[in-house]
Amino acid sequence: MLSAIAEGLQRVFQLDAELWRIVLLSLEVSLSAVLLATLLGLPLGAALAVKRFPGRRGAIVTLNALMGLPPVVVGLLVYLLLSRAGPLGELGLLFTPGAMIIAQTILILPIIAALARQALEDAWREYEEQLRSLGAQGMQAALTLLWDARFSLITAVLAGLGRASAEVGAVMIVGGNIDGVTRVMTTAIALETSKGDLPLALGLGFVLIAIVLVLNAGAQLVKEAAQRRFG
Amino acid sequence: MGVALAAAIAGFITVASTTSTEQSGLFRHLLPIFTAKSGIEVRVVAVGTGQALDIGRRGDADVVLVHAKPLEEKFLAEDHAVRRQDVMYNDFVLLGPKSDPAKLAGTKDVVTAFQRIRAARAPFVSRGDRSGTHFAELEIWKLAGIDIGREKGPWYRDTGQGMGPALNTAAAMDAYILADRGTWLTFRNRGDLAIVVEGDKRLYNQYGVMLVNPAKHPSVKREMGQAFIDWLVSADGQKAIADYRIGGEQLFFPNAHE
Repeated sequence: MLSAIAEGLQRVFQLDAELWRIVLLSLEVSLSAVLLATLLGLPLGAALAVKRFPGRRGAIVTLNALMGLPPVVVGLLVYLLLSRAGPLGELGLLFTPGAMIIAQTILILPIIAALARQALEDAWREYEEQLRSLGAQGMQAALTLLWDARFSLITAVLAGLGRASAEVGAVMIVGGNIDGVTRVMTTAIALETSKGDLPLALGLGFVLIAIVLVLNAGAQLVKEAAQRRFG
Repeated sequence: MGVALAAAIAGFITVASTTSTEQSGLFRHLLPIFTAKSGIEVRVVAVGTGQALDIGRRGDADVVLVHAKPLEEKFLAEDHAVRRQDVMYNDFVLLGPKSDPAKLAGTKDVVTAFQRIRAARAPFVSRGDRSGTHFAELEIWKLAGIDIGREKGPWYRDTGQGMGPALNTAAAMDAYILADRGTWLTFRNRGDLAIVVEGDKRLYNQYGVMLVNPAKHPSVKREMGQAFIDWLVSADGQKAIADYRIGGEQLFFPNAHE
């Protein structure tokens, strides 16, 4: 086991140029998906936290349930959507990084929105009267809440990033794991496993874990710096 | 790579092909040669033969290169392609554990081997994924007079997986498994598995190539796709296929013009 890990890491670093290309594409795809899902998910979470409307409980339960969307199912749906025979086939997006970003965005949008909804609802409970007495409502209240809960929201975004960078089912189907075009860390790991090259697969796995660790450490540092500055 | 970049890239085509051609390293050897010559980038989506043909059926690939003739003929009959050309062949091998519970050592006849596996109820791993290799396996059970759909028991493991994952499973449980020679030669996690039957003419594995029908799927890049096919069956392409070796062993045998 230990020797396999050592061999894997050694082999991974022999890949250099190829490895970097795969790492960069992984980051590009997952970070784009996180950005899109954050832009869509935070307002959605805020609306669900603040607004009262019929069917709200049902919407919240559905959103929470969608956090467990199976990546393969998302992959299949996006595949059927983007396939030449599908409704968005004209775009020619299947088997491109764009398709992978779309699939991952759908996958993590519920995670970011649901976690944001919870954080914002807690903040809303605390500040509702204060905000109301200031005459803030609707959009303005939501924006104030988003700003106020910004540090808890980082956790929601990081949860989305974790899911995006770890999943393989969706990007495998819509990206096609094409060498040099849509091959990312997780699909490369799946490929090496299926070639029986377990040390290399394991080595790639450790590189992926290290990247996710660095991203999370970075987010933590930003959060602490911002907390010191803005309190 | 340097060579490939030197030629101006005119565009790309998408080829749906099988895991055996991708994982054996054949495409990594062939594609840079073709791209340098033509300026056409070839993007390969490697899946099982059944799925590769489905990708073609939806118009999501320009060319399909697969290995299951009955399925390819159905694809032609449905008008998803107009013409199928032979490209190359390799062969399947029957692998088994060194302990050889079905006593196949010395058998040259793959049909007899399958009958013995059934009789001994020795563990057998099936791809079970509508791939070319899965179809070849089903064909041999049929020749052996065994209705595997009815007779499969706990000894027969239907994995629904690609060649590599199925080999990993077989290696872990000391099972017999039918594999294409190319994937086997490049497979590293062999465990106790070794070739037990090879060379039977019923283990012959033909690869064919088809341009997806542009009349039916207007997004198909007809000229670039055809250029790739023409090159594969040309003297140059056939030589490039024959030149691909692993550890001195030739993996694929060109036969476009036989």
